Amino acid sequence: MRLAYRFAIESERVTADGVEVTGYADLARRYRVSAVPKTVVGETVEFVGAGPEDMLLRHVQQAAEVEAGTT
Amino acid sequence: MALIRDDVAAQLKAEFESLQNPVRLVVFSQTMADPESEQVRRLVEELAALDDRLTAEPVNFVLDQERVAQLGIARTPAVAILGAEKDYGIRFYGLPSGYEFGTLVDAVLDVSSGDSGLSEPTRTALAGLARPVHVQVFSTPT
Repeated sequence: MRLAYRFAIESERVTADGVEVTGYADLARRYRVSAVPKTVVGETVEFVGAGPEDMLLRHVQQAAEVEAGTT
Repeated sequence: MALIRDDVAAQLKAEFESLQNPVRLVVFSQTMADPESEQVRRLVEELAALDDRLTAEPVNFVLDQERVAQLGIARTPAVAILGAEKDYGIRFYGLPSGYEFGTLVDAVLDVSSGDSGLSEPTRTALAGLARPVHVQVFSTPT
């Protein structure tokens, strides 16, 4: 979670939510959260576990491209 | 009764001595629909009381729609961790307990410094992002 926050500090284009999902059954369902930590980037790019910096970066870049492709 | 234990408060005070810039913790709660959010408000107020550079700004999620919209808050409990002048887009949703309380503290420290601490290649890559990207990290209490 801290890494995602640091991405938000670095880039004006990145925003980051940390979600303690217990009270949010709707979000847990919507993003199919079973194992944690689970990171969802954009709406479709996701991974489970605490990845290193370059892993989050790859997913962020991928999400930026995916969403570019849909508009 | 205090939500932050005395020994933890003392540790945090020491840690906050390294704060560089003010940090605003805007906390959204609604008493009736979400009693847990009141607990988060109290926790954030206790946290902010530990250092002069920290401010807690309680917002009523139901009544202050303008602030809710301005900071893009969709649900409670929510905490927006803002720099003195800048909103980095950092939010915490839910009850920051256990390990996630530490995450909230880390967010305060990082926002205060305004430095991501990321590696040069990551910084360069992020500078080249063509579009806004929203990251959500889901956790459960530990």
